[in-house]
Amino acid sequence: MAVRVQSAPFDAGAEQAQFTAGLRQAGAVVTFTGLVRDNGGTLAAMEIEHYPGMTERAIAAMVEQAQARFGLEAALVIHRHGRLLPQEAIMMVATAAPHRADAFAAAEFLMDYLKSRAPFWKKEIGAEGAVWVAAKDADEDALRRW
Amino acid sequence: MQVTVLYFAWLRERIGQPREVVETGAITVADLVAELAARSEGHALAFADLTSLRVALDQELSDFAAPLAAAREVAFFPPMTGG
Repeated sequence: MAVRVQSAPFDAGAEQAQFTAGLRQAGAVVTFTGLVRDNGGTLAAMEIEHYPGMTERAIAAMVEQAQARFGLEAALVIHRHGRLLPQEAIMMVATAAPHRADAFAAAEFLMDYLKSRAPFWKKEIGAEGAVWVAAKDADEDALRRW
Repeated sequence: MQVTVLYFAWLRERIGQPREVVETGAITVADLVAELAARSEGHALAFADLTSLRVALDQELSDFAAPLAAAREVAFFPPMTGG
């Protein structure tokens, strides 16, 4: 199980290859990569603030929960902070399980929890100024299915 | 009791600083909020609507009714937007 919170870019393909190379028994690997979305070409950059210390703890707790619940052989979460440009990778999740259903479910579980339980805050920088991204009710609702 | 108070995102901007160390006799988080809100106009504005805020005690999510107990670090922030 690995959690990395960093400002540096990462190579999702290389991370996936390394993650998969370390497996012994898994029959399924699911990866998800989240990118900075440019809403209609108006976004100059995205700034991601976080709470050093709590971020790592909160994500580690989620990963532990996912591992126990879905019987994961391995899991990886990488999440960036700082200033990012449109289309840059913000974060990735990789899960490995004996079968695909658990690998998919664990990746969704981790994504839902990262959205609203990991202390990150996004700010969109546009031509007209900067706006903090508001949390969505739908993200909070998504946690209820778990 | 001395606690370190941390602010993030727009809360930090409204208050104008990322952290402050305060001396408090507050029993609950809500009591501490009342003390902090009295510190400046920026504080009062930042804490005007608690439904739009979250709190963590020693890096664990908590709530405003919770006792401060022996918490050393209290963080206030808007709902999180990770992922």
